[in-house]
Amino acid sequence: MLESILVTFSIGAVSGVALSYASKLFYVYEDPLIAKVEGLLAGANCGGCGFAGCSAAAEAIVNDKAPANACILIDEENIREIAAITGAHAGPPEPPSSYNNCSGGKRATDRFIYSGIWSCTAAAALYGGNRDCAIGCLGFGDCIRACRFNAIKMGGHGFPVVDYDKCVGCGACEASCPKTILEVKTLSQRLFHLSSAGDPLAPCSQGCPAEIDIPRYIDHIRNMRYEEALDTIREKNPMPLSCGRVCPHPCESLCRRGIADEPVSINQLKRFVADYEMNSGRRLPIACSPATGKRIAIIGGGPAGISCAYFLRRAGHHPEIFEAMPKLGGMLRYGIPEYRLPKKILDWEIQGILKLGIESHTNVRLGLDFDFCSLVAAGFDAVFFSVGAWKDYNLGIPGEELSGCMTGINFLSRVGGSKPPAIGKRAAVIGGGNTAIDCCRTLIRMGLDKVYLVYRRTRKEMPANEAEIVAAEHEGIEFVFLAAPNKIIADEEKQVAGLEYLAMELGKPDASGRHRPVPIEGSEQILAVDTVITAIGQSPLLSFRGRGNRLDDLNISRWNTFEVEPSTCQTNVPYIFAAGDAATGPALVVDAIGGGRKAARSIDLFLRGEEVNPQEDALLNKPIGESIFPSVPGVRPMGRIGLDEIDVTNRIQTFAEVDLTISERDALAESNRCLSCCRLCYNVDTH
Amino acid sequence: MGYLELIVSCIFVNNILLAQFLGNCPFLGTSKKMETAVGMAGAVVFVTVLAGTITWIIYHQILVKFDLVYLRTFSFILIIATLVQFVEMFLKKMIPVLYAGLGIFLPLITTNCAVLGICVINIDEEFTFSEAVSASLFYAVGFGLALILFAGIRERILLARVPKALQGTSIALITAGFISLTFFAFRGMV
Repeated sequence: MLESILVTFSIGAVSGVALSYASKLFYVYEDPLIAKVEGLLAGANCGGCGFAGCSAAAEAIVNDKAPANACILIDEENIREIAAITGAHAGPPEPPSSYNNCSGGKRATDRFIYSGIWSCTAAAALYGGNRDCAIGCLGFGDCIRACRFNAIKMGGHGFPVVDYDKCVGCGACEASCPKTILEVKTLSQRLFHLSSAGDPLAPCSQGCPAEIDIPRYIDHIRNMRYEEALDTIREKNPMPLSCGRVCPHPCESLCRRGIADEPVSINQLKRFVADYEMNSGRRLPIACSPATGKRIAIIGGGPAGISCAYFLRRAGHHPEIFEAMPKLGGMLRYGIPEYRLPKKILDWEIQGILKLGIESHTNVRLGLDFDFCSLVAAGFDAVFFSVGAWKDYNLGIPGEELSGCMTGINFLSRVGGSKPPAIGKRAAVIGGGNTAIDCCRTLIRMGLDKVYLVYRRTRKEMPANEAEIVAAEHEGIEFVFLAAPNKIIADEEKQVAGLEYLAMELGKPDASGRHRPVPIEGSEQILAVDTVITAIGQSPLLSFRGRGNRLDDLNISRWNTFEVEPSTCQTNVPYIFAAGDAATGPALVVDAIGGGRKAARSIDLFLRGEEVNPQEDALLNKPIGESIFPSVPGVRPMGRIGLDEIDVTNRIQTFAEVDLTISERDALAESNRCLSCCRLCYNVDTH
Repeated sequence: MGYLELIVSCIFVNNILLAQFLGNCPFLGTSKKMETAVGMAGAVVFVTVLAGTITWIIYHQILVKFDLVYLRTFSFILIIATLVQFVEMFLKKMIPVLYAGLGIFLPLITTNCAVLGICVINIDEEFTFSEAVSASLFYAVGFGLALILFAGIRERILLARVPKALQGTSIALITAGFISLTFFAFRGMV
């Protein structure tokens, strides 16, 4: 008896001693904060936070992988204590939330009749499910059963609807979904998601360089939820007021309704909601993630710079904009004339973005007022270049140095700034792009008697937007096609007296498919003008290079642009990023905005110490083949709303905005023309 | 008994789960997903081999020598529990990669009757040391085989039409019964 008791105790003692010795030998250093945080969590191991138990959650909170309020069971006091322990602010959190992307539901067509068990997983195991759409919702509601918080319901249209008040972002729905329809994402994950080949995207959204969820915001407009519509736009485009005015809307050329009817007037709808906010006099709040304390220098305050700063700020970082001109806006302010985008509106829009907490410094030019090394020394973690394309190409013909000769961007920026240049009575603008048209329309408003546009090919080959060309024609600009400037003729006072050009004829198409113009010998003619503006393209002004610092290591393309990885906007120097015209060469405002967001995504990855890899399957505006239809049955033509504009005779007297905002009635009517397309589904007209 | 026979006997004929019905809790608990089943199988193999070896040594070197055979069950439980704790600490410190793979399953094995059962069988069958080590290994492999087979079946059961009353653990138990019956076909081979 005694013996067995003794042995029992001694075995126990040996085990205990061995274990305690082992724990001295094999201890693993664990952050004491983790234990402290774990003590404040509920200890229920419920998994509601999305982590495997409370200790995993505590570790995630301490390592900044989860917010202080990750635990769904504890009260505010504990959250504050946890925040105090981890040193984070308990302030506005960035909780993940479930997000349903599929709007197919009952509209989706079936490939076969499925009569198996009522479960998405089961259905998906059979040839990927019965729905025609390879990625869309199967509608059996596995996610509804998976949600332990009763936050998902099957909506009336046959796809799940998330109740954001109840959703805690635990990820159970995403895990239960055999497709990728339900995604649990944080705000910054949503902002930085690039459209990918597996997303349920309508053709218009695929065409938008900013990747706005167009059907979603039009649906909000249709239901008069203008604020939500604006929020949806702002998830991808911070400048709806400006874009709503100047965007040549590549989305509309992909609009599915446009195949059977005229496309939906998407851009006018965007402008309508943007103006709605401005006219209401109240700025909608824009949500930002908790502060990260990382600083980014943004060189150039144009659309790309503003967009990048905006997205970085919303992700919690601290961008600072450095702008060489007296005011922010870049080409939006200095390249686009007042009659297309009033400065007052641009100011209002930029002010709203800066209000998020973005610092800006104007009248400071890189290389003159500050140098690159000082940025690095000032503790910026990354640098983003959005310096635009401000250097006009020269024609290389005699007489370009005469007074009365100007370049397009120089002319427009001086008109847009405070020092308009002196001009004569008759002007010739050389070039066929948007800058040339802008110059012409600006000149006619400055009271000139005659404005010529000289282009070496024909109207068909003009790269300018069709709408702009038409407007210029209405305003009385005279087009001189098939004309190559030969020299600029001077009078006795070294003033421009005329433009001599050679007539051309179109030859064979070149590699880009455009017909190459060939000059006709001996066909010289003279236009009697006293002002010549050349607007034949621009390239970035990179005069800040060559000063013996890191910038000299950057790879520059043969078009004098920053060489970047197109999907990440990262240059060959890891902490330097570039987008906008500076990386792409002259392009659309919306391209710059999309570029700014792509760069912001990469900068965010970079700042978090992750690898800056291109997102897998990113579309980068390549259309998804199966979503582009040759015909759209079930759609009855009903014509889109017209464009409201000021009468021609009045508008060429002033710089007042030409295009007017559509009325609420028109906006509602137009939004009802939208087919609410997804990848394959769309609404047919029933009335 | 030759080693080939030992292997067949341990894995198939006397499968610890399906013929001896030991270790049913992790069998039902961790077989819902293939991923967890594989992790659990790995952890069981690892721990059983260690436990089988050490308990055999302790039994023959201490308990038999000091005439304390009646303390077998009690001391084995203590030893296994200590061992698992120790192994967990050791792995966490020395082999973090292995810990990441098996880590969360190790505490579950502390109270796994299959591990204790295998140690006791090693003694009851009067195995030599090398036989005991290999028997521990192959019993554990048999456990892993049954667990992984079962997990594969359970993943498919999810897609089948199951009467409401039988859904979940009930149908899993019925399935386990059928698998066990099929394993009875190995009877008589050894």
